[in-house]
Amino acid sequence: MASIDYPLERPKVGTKDWGFAEHMYDWVATVDHKKLGIMYIVSALLFLVIAGIMALVIRTQLALPNGHVVAPDTYNRLFTMHGTTMVFLLGMPLVAGFSNYLVPLMIGARDMAFPRLNAFGFWIFLFGGFLLYFSYLGGSGLYGAGSAPDVGWFAYAPLTEKPFSLGHSTDYWALGIIVSGIGTIASAINVIATTFSLRCPGMTLSRMPMFVWVMLIDSWLILVAFPPLTAAQIMLLLDRYLGANFFYTQRGGSAVLWQHLFWIFGHPEVYILIFPAFAILSEVIPIFSRKPIFGRPAMVGAVVAIGFISLGVWAHHMFAVGMTSYANSFFAASTMLVGIPTGIKIFNWTATMYGGKVNLKTPMLFCCGFLLQFLIAGLTGIMLAIAPFDWQLHDSYFVVGHFHFTLAEGLVFGIFAGLYYWFPKITGRMYNEKLGKWHFWLFVIGVNLTFIPMHFAGILGMPRRIYTYQAGRGWEFWQFSATIGAYIQAIAVAIYVWNVVHSAIKGEPAGDDPWDGWTLEWATTSPPPEYNFEKLPVVRSSRPLWDLKHPHDPDWKYE
Amino acid sequence: MLIQAVIALLQAPYANLPQYPVANTFDPLATPGQAEKGIALLTIAITTGIFVVTAGLIVYGIWRYRIRPGDDATQEPPQVYGSNQIEVAWTVIPILIVFVLIGVSVRVIAAVQNASPSQSSVKLQLIGHQWWWTVNYPQFGVVTANEIHVPVSPDGKMVTEVRLESVDVAHSFWIPQLAGKMDLIPNRINYTWIDPHQPGVYYGNCAEYCGTQHANMLLRVIAQPTADFNRWAYEQKQPAVDDPNAAEGKKAFLSLACVNCHLIKGTPSAGVFGPDLTHLMSRQTIGAGVLPLNHENLRAWVNDPQQIKPGCLMPSMKLTGPELDHVVAYLETLH
Repeated sequence: MASIDYPLERPKVGTKDWGFAEHMYDWVATVDHKKLGIMYIVSALLFLVIAGIMALVIRTQLALPNGHVVAPDTYNRLFTMHGTTMVFLLGMPLVAGFSNYLVPLMIGARDMAFPRLNAFGFWIFLFGGFLLYFSYLGGSGLYGAGSAPDVGWFAYAPLTEKPFSLGHSTDYWALGIIVSGIGTIASAINVIATTFSLRCPGMTLSRMPMFVWVMLIDSWLILVAFPPLTAAQIMLLLDRYLGANFFYTQRGGSAVLWQHLFWIFGHPEVYILIFPAFAILSEVIPIFSRKPIFGRPAMVGAVVAIGFISLGVWAHHMFAVGMTSYANSFFAASTMLVGIPTGIKIFNWTATMYGGKVNLKTPMLFCCGFLLQFLIAGLTGIMLAIAPFDWQLHDSYFVVGHFHFTLAEGLVFGIFAGLYYWFPKITGRMYNEKLGKWHFWLFVIGVNLTFIPMHFAGILGMPRRIYTYQAGRGWEFWQFSATIGAYIQAIAVAIYVWNVVHSAIKGEPAGDDPWDGWTLEWATTSPPPEYNFEKLPVVRSSRPLWDLKHPHDPDWKYE
Repeated sequence: MLIQAVIALLQAPYANLPQYPVANTFDPLATPGQAEKGIALLTIAITTGIFVVTAGLIVYGIWRYRIRPGDDATQEPPQVYGSNQIEVAWTVIPILIVFVLIGVSVRVIAAVQNASPSQSSVKLQLIGHQWWWTVNYPQFGVVTANEIHVPVSPDGKMVTEVRLESVDVAHSFWIPQLAGKMDLIPNRINYTWIDPHQPGVYYGNCAEYCGTQHANMLLRVIAQPTADFNRWAYEQKQPAVDDPNAAEGKKAFLSLACVNCHLIKGTPSAGVFGPDLTHLMSRQTIGAGVLPLNHENLRAWVNDPQQIKPGCLMPSMKLTGPELDHVVAYLETLH
């Protein structure tokens, strides 16, 4: 009687005779950190394409004054969904995706500390994203047509309250973010646990690769920053359904409270988003300059400092809400302090190239692009930190230009550098270098043509989030240039997608260590086996493969 | 004849004022805007200097140390791990720059925010609504909409203090050539001040996203010499002109739902949900700046505002042709 009845066929051993169903099952049921990392990155790139198409519609609408490509409500939904998608469904899964794929490989572990939590985190993130997009069908509930959220990505109260936001689109927005946020927190806990408990023998914290260090600090920042966001969203839902009146001003709530809660999350969030780019640069620049990172302790310290300071700058988003001059002065000062550690990072990356052999392959080109673009973003950030200057620039197109410089040029340049750099590791094949260079140069032209003119439109008094504008206000030229730039960016991204798809199938075999790397992920096969390393490595310095390749001049002699 | 003379009298003082549709923040014509421009120029000078030096170092580094054809690819360069002296240097210099900027910012913040309005100041209350503005002058008993009249202040002494409130969601007051933003937040009172140094019509927009028609929530400040401003305020205080030629239109207006939302002083129409129409024709625009105010536009607006400003809170009243003619004719008498 003790026989077990398998409802399924016996699993097939080996992947050769797998059909479509087996492959699907393998991906859906996997707890392998590399497969989850790839799924995070692929879903992020899908959301990038969706939100990018929204951006093209927005740009088309604004190309000429009195544009009427889409109706005002549709436009408001487009910029809300574009912003929400880019931050929560592109930026956050890229953080999780890169750290998932690389952290265990770089610290010589076989998987993340909690593989099943990892899978849970991915799927709940993805379904949170679907929930947000389901609002297009179900936003007004069963009785009406669907509509997406139209309150902006930071959804200032009381516009989100029932009298001003009927139907359910705002609920989908809040719930989608809460749910995908659970995935983000799960992933952050996992990264912290993994780096603290699963490092291979000899890998002390001071020998940990820069990438892992930055992602570790990023994960701490997520743990601190996301709970206020979740709390604010729950308070909003309580307001909308249970009459809680936190932000419902007609009943005595506070609109400013929402702004504080949102930006206590929102400002660390922009550093959470940019840290993966910092992490990638700190790996790619040394490899393509053939020198170790300049001033490693200072680089780690700078990231820690940015993390700490970023928790005390949130109200620089609120210089125009009527805070006292003391509060405005404090937040102006704290914000400018961020410039110091950020400066150290840029100088140290630059110094890494000095005296090296700079190999301008596509990943390195994107790093160089990052350095210059992010420098501009940082300097316009200083301008916005000067509260009196910000009273003019706040909520204008200058701000739109500034944060696209940090994210669309900073973050995305860093991410592209990483995607090209680890492409041979992930797929086992080499990308097409020529297409990569086309992608880079078109993207550089596109982003600058899009986002530099926005700064000028803002200086000429153009507020953000307007669906149309009248002729004669001096904005036409800048807006038209921005639209041309957006289409050039779209062509560049299309080239990238083609490069990835084509090279993943037909690219040259890359070998295990095409870049002559120094960190442990290059010590295993490309793509790595499920168990990562046949034998757990033992390391003696922060560049274990350098030691291996240069037995007469190992790093550990100097550390 | 008399009416036309009154129109001429009323509109003459500001019909010929210079217009400033391009609201360049670097061409400020009031004290707060000038203080902001001053610190902006200093900041731009410093950041440009930083950019030139840093970008120069980056570009030089890439160019100087790039791999050239014929280089021995197998030869690794000297491995340098860092240098405490250099790192201290490029930490200390930014610290000094940042502290200079902090000091200057704190001073300008206090100068603009804590300036106490002088005795002679005009006080007005600006109330944000979903996609239009109420402008209230309690000193003069005047209420108008979407266009702020203030006395010009060539020496910076005729300060206009603006008290900012909102009845629904957050909005923001921004006339770039006069002063930076200050938000209008429900359940909260904010203050700002302006003192236009030259007569003119200054354009601005609502600068905080406030819903469907945020784009068409425009605002303008009309700065005129004190005598003209006083005459304007006196005219605005009068009840509506009761022109017997427009009796038919007035009757139609008062019989329709218009009265629920609009106030016309001296008539039973006493709604407060929409803009005050007592002196509608003294304004330059309709629909919070969406169109210039003239016969065709007014007729189109009354016929169906949703065609012009989709989503705005004024419905189409579905007036018949003659009704529309009468109502528009009546509105056109409200100088």
